[in-house]
Amino acid sequence: MEKYIFYILALIMIVFAIASVTSRKMLRSVIFLLFVLCGIAGVYFLIDYNFLAAIQLTVYAGGIIVLIIFSVLLVHHIEMELEIAKTSKKIITVLACLIGLGVFLTTIYAHDFIVVENYITTTTADIGRKLLSYEDGGFILPFEVISVLLLAAMIGAIVIAKGGKLTNKNNKTI
Amino acid sequence: MIAGISIYEILSVTSILFFIGVYGFITRKNLISILISIELILNASVVNFVVINKYLYPDMLQGVLFSIFIIAVAAAETALAVSIIINLYRQINSVEVKDIETMKY
Amino acid sequence: MNLSYTILIPLIPLVVFLLLGIFNKKIKPGISGYIGVLGLTASAILSFLAGYQYFFVNGKVDGIYQTFVQKTVWMKFTETLQIDMGVLVDPISIMMIIVVSIVSLMVHIYSRGYMKGDDGYTKFFAFLSLFSFSMFGLVLSTNLFQIYIFWELVGVSSYLLIGYYYTKPSAVAAAKKAFIVTRFADLGFLIGILIIGYYTGTYDFESLNNPEGNAIVNWASTSFMGLSVLTWALILIFMGGAGKSAMFPLHIWLPDAMEGPTPVSALIHAATMVVAGVYLVARLFPMYYFVEDGFALNIVAFVGAFSSLFAAIIAITQTDIKRVLAFSTMSQIGYMMLALGVSGYDGHEGVGYMASMFHLFTHAMFKALLFLCAGSVIHAVHSNYLKDMGGLRKYMPITNITFLIAALAIAGIPPFAGFWSKDEILVAAFEHNKLIYYVGVFVAGLTAFYMFRIYFGIFWGKETKYEQTPHESPISMTFPLIVLAFLSIVGGFIPFSEFITPDRAGFEAHLNYPLAAIAVTVGLIGIMLAWIFYKNENDLSDKFAKAFGSFYKWTYDKFYFDEIYLFVTKKILFKRVSAPIAKFDKKYVDGTMVGIGNTTVATSEKIKGIQSGRVQDYAFAFIAGVVVIALVFIYLWTN
Repeated sequence: MEKYIFYILALIMIVFAIASVTSRKMLRSVIFLLFVLCGIAGVYFLIDYNFLAAIQLTVYAGGIIVLIIFSVLLVHHIEMELEIAKTSKKIITVLACLIGLGVFLTTIYAHDFIVVENYITTTTADIGRKLLSYEDGGFILPFEVISVLLLAAMIGAIVIAKGGKLTNKNNKTI
Repeated sequence: MIAGISIYEILSVTSILFFIGVYGFITRKNLISILISIELILNASVVNFVVINKYLYPDMLQGVLFSIFIIAVAAAETALAVSIIINLYRQINSVEVKDIETMKY
Repeated sequence: MNLSYTILIPLIPLVVFLLLGIFNKKIKPGISGYIGVLGLTASAILSFLAGYQYFFVNGKVDGIYQTFVQKTVWMKFTETLQIDMGVLVDPISIMMIIVVSIVSLMVHIYSRGYMKGDDGYTKFFAFLSLFSFSMFGLVLSTNLFQIYIFWELVGVSSYLLIGYYYTKPSAVAAAKKAFIVTRFADLGFLIGILIIGYYTGTYDFESLNNPEGNAIVNWASTSFMGLSVLTWALILIFMGGAGKSAMFPLHIWLPDAMEGPTPVSALIHAATMVVAGVYLVARLFPMYYFVEDGFALNIVAFVGAFSSLFAAIIAITQTDIKRVLAFSTMSQIGYMMLALGVSGYDGHEGVGYMASMFHLFTHAMFKALLFLCAGSVIHAVHSNYLKDMGGLRKYMPITNITFLIAALAIAGIPPFAGFWSKDEILVAAFEHNKLIYYVGVFVAGLTAFYMFRIYFGIFWGKETKYEQTPHESPISMTFPLIVLAFLSIVGGFIPFSEFITPDRAGFEAHLNYPLAAIAVTVGLIGIMLAWIFYKNENDLSDKFAKAFGSFYKWTYDKFYFDEIYLFVTKKILFKRVSAPIAKFDKKYVDGTMVGIGNTTVATSEKIKGIQSGRVQDYAFAFIAGVVVIALVFIYLWTN
């Protein structure tokens, strides 16, 4: 049963991904991406990684997609028809991607993966414990670093997006 | 793990997604479309991490945790990219790739 | 036996040259003249000292004069093949340093008066000292390469001094001509040196000239086209000597070299530099004598004889007195070469060698005197040409007497110096080759004739109207004339054969009365003819000139050798050979280089498109590169 769900999800992901990168309308491209992300969340649910699926839906589908939609609105491109690239460029890129894909698949299929049969569900408690542990294999340091990174990203985003015009206005009022 | 699905199939699906993202990155002319393609690439790699963790090393959690970090980084990066795009739009009033070719020969 | 102080003899003029050259503008002209004279006086004193010590204090050991050598290795090629620098003292080098220092000193003193008021006074003395240094170094050389180095230095000094009046185009052209012709001859010299170095394994004179040494004993070891390679080398070295000594056919530079100031002509082109070729053959005389039984020596003799005849014929017709003296020099050097050519080696057989060196000595004295007198006359009359002179004996008594002494000396009238040396030459020629002897006698007659032609033409003959009355030269100019005249009189009495012979043993010479009588008679006939033609104003000479017709014209134009050389170089070499090569160089070689540059630029124009500034292109390159590297690694790993 899971097998069929997975195949459907895979099909949805691939179709919508292709649609996203080839669509001529901006907003449609974003929405197709949303569907792809939801499909990936579905795959996470299938693998019993509930926490990750939740994060995926919250952060990606909720946060990032909204961010991108906001940016699309801010640059007034909702109705615009996007240009497409030259045919020659498309062909070359397709060729390169197909070759790369071939390399990937050959590598993957040539390797013997030693699969361990299991049906363990990873609980949030496990993840939390691992994230905050100080012993060997603990991820406390990357956790702290990530928080610094997010702080820096936020400050950076504010500084860059503030731009020059706002400061000029401030100067004029002063 | 998913019953009846071998690891090979999942890995091939993620590879296909990855290369669709690459194609979109190289082909598209709009900066935001490029951002979308980058999201595709990142997501494909996250799935890769998680699947290998689940299938080959189920008792260890490195894959999952790393994927959390990747998602965090991707979010930060997207936020910054959007702010840059907005700043750029203010300067040159366009988000086409062909208008930002100043760093050429 | 330590004669190493002879190294100072060239070094003192070198120091003077550097001093005067570096502080050119800061030294007052009078001072520089004194410095030059002082330097040369020091060298002269040292030369006399060395001569006295060599011949009288050290004297003969085992019956021969020992050669003193002091040298250091300069550049080493193999164990035996090396270039040394040092001094070699032996009879001919002592004689040469005495000759060079006397003549150079006289010329320095003379120049103080002659060049007075000239702008480049200090420069002139600097160049004269440079020349003296080069000439001293040349005669004191210990090996072939050292002599070649100083040979070239002498050539450079000659170029600088001929072109001294550098604003005159004719002087510049003459300097270039002298340098190029001698340089061309030096090509032969260099090839000869290299051949000798290769086949005998040494450049050193002592080893080369040793009759039991490797060079002479094994001369027949390698052959080329019928002659031994060493013979070829000696012929090529003689070519170098012939260029420097203005032997036919490399004589064309000597008449033009008279463009330089007269003291320069006296020093370089009469007494010292032009005899460098004779000195070279004399220095290598054992090789010339023994290799191939003197084959190269025969060539030397014939070239010398022909040159002396050729020059004497041309000298008869020239109207510029310095040109007459130049051809006279060429003729006398022909005598010296001729004498070397017919010489033997042991004991009395070596009379030719001895005569050649003797004539070099006496010729230096009277030829320098002739040139300095000519300079004195030119200084008074401001013209070089015979037609502007006449009857000067009333105005310039000292010059008159000294010129007469020199003319008598060169004509071979006893008891003046020229008689003794010329007589020895004729004796040597008579004993070996009758043809050369007859040529020598004929040339002696011609010499007397043309010499007295100009003597009578300058000091007797018609009174030319002079704008300013010519006056006798100042004491600085007449003092050297008197000294040289004195030497021209007594120089003949030096018993040269005691000192200078090829085997360095010395022998007693006796006067051969019959041959001497013939020579003196021929000389007197020449003087008589000149008296008839030129002493009083008459047009006998013009009638004779017309009688000879076109032969006269050919002689006057120096047999058109200058024109022939000019034709060969300009029309054939420059136009047919050099110009196409230059065009090829410019078009293809240069073109290739420029083409490579242009190709690089064009390629870079095409390639620079890679740096497009578009991130997507970079990403594409990135992905493609990663894929390729992955493929490569997979290929390597799975194999």
